[in-house]
Amino acid sequence: MTMLPETTERKLGLVIDLDTCVGCQACATSCKEWNTGGYSAPLSDQDPYGADPHGAWLNRIHAYEVDDGAEGRTVHFPRSCLHCETPACVTVCPTGASYKRDEDGIVLVNPDTCIGCKLCSWACPYGAREYDYAHGVMKKCTLCVDRIYNEHLAEEDRIPACVRACPTGARHFGDLGDPNSDVSQLVAERGGYDLLPEMNYKPVNKYLPPRPKRNSATSTQSYTAPPPAKTDGSVTERLFAWADQMLSR
Amino acid sequence: MHPAYSVIFFTTASGAGYGLLIWMAIAGTLGVVPPHWGIGFAGLGLALALITAGLLSSTFHLGRPERSWRAFSQWRSSWLSREGVLAVATYAPAGLLGISWVFFENLSGIVVVFAIGTVILSLCTVWATGMIYASLPPIRSWHQPWTAPVYVGLALASGGVLFHVILAASTGVTWWTAGLAVALVVVAFILKTMWWQTVDGAKRSLTVESATGLGRFGKVGMIEAPHSRPNFVMREMGYHVARKHAKKLRTVATYLIFLVPPICLLLLPMLSTLVALPVALTAAVSAGAGLLVERWLFFAEADHAVMLFYGADKA
Ligand code: SF4
Ligand code: SF4
Repeated sequence: MTMLPETTERKLGLVIDLDTCVGCQACATSCKEWNTGGYSAPLSDQDPYGADPHGAWLNRIHAYEVDDGAEGRTVHFPRSCLHCETPACVTVCPTGASYKRDEDGIVLVNPDTCIGCKLCSWACPYGAREYDYAHGVMKKCTLCVDRIYNEHLAEEDRIPACVRACPTGARHFGDLGDPNSDVSQLVAERGGYDLLPEMNYKPVNKYLPPRPKRNSATSTQSYTAPPPAKTDGSVTERLFAWADQMLSR
Repeated sequence: MHPAYSVIFFTTASGAGYGLLIWMAIAGTLGVVPPHWGIGFAGLGLALALITAGLLSSTFHLGRPERSWRAFSQWRSSWLSREGVLAVATYAPAGLLGISWVFFENLSGIVVVFAIGTVILSLCTVWATGMIYASLPPIRSWHQPWTAPVYVGLALASGGVLFHVILAASTGVTWWTAGLAVALVVVAFILKTMWWQTVDGAKRSLTVESATGLGRFGKVGMIEAPHSRPNFVMREMGYHVARKHAKKLRTVATYLIFLVPPICLLLLPMLSTLVALPVALTAAVSAGAGLLVERWLFFAEADHAVMLFYGADKA
């Protein structure tokens, strides 16, 4: 059913911290691994060992250079479905394969009814939908709907695979509709923002901006050089010092 | 946007088909053409053949064509679904009109109702085709008020040209139908010009800085793509034709659709049947070729906002 729900009971989504993401691709590979056997199975690849390898991935990590010179920095930028509140990707779908769940707001594609017309991918400004050339249907992030409610998994694994895999804790999962949830608090604290708010899709996922750069002018801590290491002036120490000098000639 | 040939063929062929259907239905009931079975067979047959070929070709780009019946279900929200429903619904009055015309040579009484139904449903179908594109916010050039009117305008103009091929081959062409067809070509030209002006004049306010939200820190440029070869998103949304070529092709399309056919149409009333038919066919071939170019450009020139994340400077 491609009519959007008026409201959803919860707004499950991700909060992505652009300050701590190191662009290691752990979330993307973990996502691919889980989902090629999960709800969206298979996630096919084309020409994987050839000259033009490509395939359906539900999470992509870009790297941007922001500003240059002394103030320049690299920002790693994971991009996946934002589980928008009012997305055209759902309403344009002619078959009802694309839908947004009333209970938690997750946007899903039913792989059994999708005809692969690709219109939803045109309607997504975030490039979150990838067509599976072998399966003939559209694939997208499911927010690991087959993990988060899965009682066969240990409690700590009932979170999206990407969140579980992230080694730097740059990905947070929770209910963004509840202002008291950890994720909502984090967004409030760090000034989390929407991508492309101009589209009016009301993304649920939020991005936390990189923290301001610290330098000697903005640092809150004063820097004192550590004291030089103590030497006892023994014969062995002088011998090593002499050897070090000779060898580094 | 990647120009899929099946979709280009579908929108031009079915557009011209619906246009011709509308011309035939109106001309038949108003007595512009006699209710002779041959004219009905040729005109309605050509129109329905174009529509059907177009609809079939549109299923070629589906990943799962065997499930295409499901596309009729979401008419409450989806213009693609509405288009499917309307397209199929049009067959009913058009089929009844065809049967009365071809088998009974009768175009009065209840048949007028069939004709009116055919006209209204055809117009709605073409409007829905345009709205499929107009309802996509990430594609700025499509998401504008002129998109659907352009589709309707071009359908009526190309249908008019085809209608005159039928006339040239049968009763001959009168000044006033030729004049009306030319007027519709001019209307389509004005609509398409407005469309191009809106596209060219739009403020392309989205940037990679605004899309990533990182503009507050300075200039943003992508230094590493997420993948080494283009993925689906880049293949589908990243197609881009150089502005220089686009300009040339716009000129080609303009001449082929909006210049050659009107000249031919205006010549038709003065020509003998023998010469009129090749001239009318020239108009039709020119308009058809021009529409294919126009439709190819419609896709190839369209920028999608997602390309900002891949480093496009504006959308
Ligand atoms: S990010 Fe794209 S696919 Fe996901 S809900 Fe929003 S518009 Fe739809
Ligand atoms: S590709 Fe599938 S999910 Fe997307 S709009 Fe078409 S039918 Fe719906």
